[in-house]
Amino acid sequence: MSDAKIQIKNLYKIFGKNPKTAMEYVKEGVGKDELLEKHNHVLGLKDINLDIPERSIQVVMGLSGSGKSTLIRHINRLIEPTAGSVTIDGDEVLKMNEEDLRSFRRSKTAMVFQRFALLPHKTVLQNTIFGLHIQKIDDETAKKSALRWIDRVGLSGYEDKYPQHLSGGMQQRVGLARALTNDGDILLMDEAFSALDPLIRKDMQDILLELQDELHKTVVFITHDLDEALKIGDRIAILKDGIMDQEGIPAEILLNPQTKYVKDFVEDVNRARVIKAKHIMDQINGQDLNNAMPINQDEFIDRFIDKVIAEKPDSLLIQDKDKNNVGFLSSKKLAEILKR
Amino acid sequence: MDFLTKFPEMPNKEFREMKKGIDASYKDFAREWGDLIDAMFDPLLKMLVFFEKTLVATPWPIFMIVLLGLTYWGSRSIKLVIGTFLAFVFIGYFRMWDETMSTIAIILTSVIMSVAIGLPTGIAMSRSDRTQKIVTPILDIMQTMPPFVYLIPIVMLMGIGKIPGLIAVVIYAIPPLIRLTNLGIREVDQEALEAADAFGATKRQKLFQVQLPLALPTIFAGINQTIMMALAMVIIASMIGVKGLGQPVLQSIYNQYFTKGVLYGLAIVIVAIVFDRVSQSYGQRIQKHRSGKLV
Repeated sequence: MSDAKIQIKNLYKIFGKNPKTAMEYVKEGVGKDELLEKHNHVLGLKDINLDIPERSIQVVMGLSGSGKSTLIRHINRLIEPTAGSVTIDGDEVLKMNEEDLRSFRRSKTAMVFQRFALLPHKTVLQNTIFGLHIQKIDDETAKKSALRWIDRVGLSGYEDKYPQHLSGGMQQRVGLARALTNDGDILLMDEAFSALDPLIRKDMQDILLELQDELHKTVVFITHDLDEALKIGDRIAILKDGIMDQEGIPAEILLNPQTKYVKDFVEDVNRARVIKAKHIMDQINGQDLNNAMPINQDEFIDRFIDKVIAEKPDSLLIQDKDKNNVGFLSSKKLAEILKR
Repeated sequence: MDFLTKFPEMPNKEFREMKKGIDASYKDFAREWGDLIDAMFDPLLKMLVFFEKTLVATPWPIFMIVLLGLTYWGSRSIKLVIGTFLAFVFIGYFRMWDETMSTIAIILTSVIMSVAIGLPTGIAMSRSDRTQKIVTPILDIMQTMPPFVYLIPIVMLMGIGKIPGLIAVVIYAIPPLIRLTNLGIREVDQEALEAADAFGATKRQKLFQVQLPLALPTIFAGINQTIMMALAMVIIASMIGVKGLGQPVLQSIYNQYFTKGVLYGLAIVIVAIVFDRVSQSYGQRIQKHRSGKLV
């Protein structure tokens, strides 16, 4: 996929005194634990290849220590890789000089942090404006833009409060408003909702999806929570010990886990809520369509399963939103998938 | 068995020659450069004299109003304002007003000088581990060397007077400010710095908009320490001609004036307590929104 917005190629990161030498061991197949024990280097990332398409949400999932936060920091080069390449819109980020890198960060990316990283001595408004302030954009323009996003994340009326007077969820809204005010195409979210309690987390996820519906940014979202990954990810990459185990759309990962690690991860997921009709349909190829029940391709299984149980059709006819037939699904196959 | 009972020490003659040699060359250096160095410190002397004259010339009610105003502005505490008022009534009533003004002048000057030198030094230390490695032992020496020892070369170089006293006070009082500036900046939350980087801040913007503001409470604790240590030095500084509360104390020691000694001693304590409480409560007040850690 060469039209990727963000293209990560053969990326290696090894922490320690002699990362280049240690990288050779890694290439020879030395694993994370052995590298630490025998060579005293920490394997951050091993041979990561990832194409992130424009205007979609790419989730990177893994447990702590899997290298997911390290990976996201390579996209805006907060961390220098040991080897590899990161290109954004065709530009090699790793070749930029200090000046170019700064203007790249200012214009193209914005980041949301796990522990919010707000400046405690600045008010909500001043925090939100921070990115523009640094670019020396005049106060009036900056303020207008900041106020718009503060309103959009539901914080109107809190402009002059200090971060520590706000709850965690509200603080992260400030973090989100600050990132959106910067108006880059790329939004980097490093476990942005992980520090929030479940209800507020769900709230924030909904806000993000709602905003994405209208903004269509390229979002890279780091999380350790599978439910969160499945809910907001257009694509999911799974990292383990610095190695990418699997990458694909959520349904693919659920239906065809490639490694035991991924399999264990997805075992307890309620598939009906994650898989859409289009993910499991077969090509139309001479099947009998007469008694098939028409279903929209973007419906989740749990949205049409009741209808299927009530009417007991032999098969489903999958259609796009203009009622064109795009696929076929036998009830038997549907039952198989839900049983697994 | 001389070797075991007596340490194999440098022969007396060579030792004497060495001391003489060093002393002579330092004296030459002092004769050669003393005037120039004196001239270099002239602006500082002018500042000190200006503060002293202004403070002494200010009618006491005006000084009192300004002081109480500053106390309230710094601390927002009526209790502290009343305490400060009573303390200075004590000082004035027992005829120690002018000496107190002189002491405040030298404290003010030495704190200004300490901040002017200490803040940039602390910032430089926080930015490079190598600078930290070089500066730290120097600070250790400054804090452990008895002040009398470094008074000798200062007096040899510049004679007795206000400026040598000021330099001695600054040497004694500046280390905590440098250390705490360094510490405060190094302790700034990593994620806040990452955020600044991620939004494309320059090094300068990072320093002034993130590091210094977040380190400010710690830096302020350093300034508070510097004020306290400067006050502790006024007696020693008075031995080389700094006017103020120290001189009468010194006199009382030589002549065994018990009451006079105690009164002036109390005045130093009073000034110290007032400065300490006011600067501390100001420090706490600025921490309200900007606790060093991220919230």
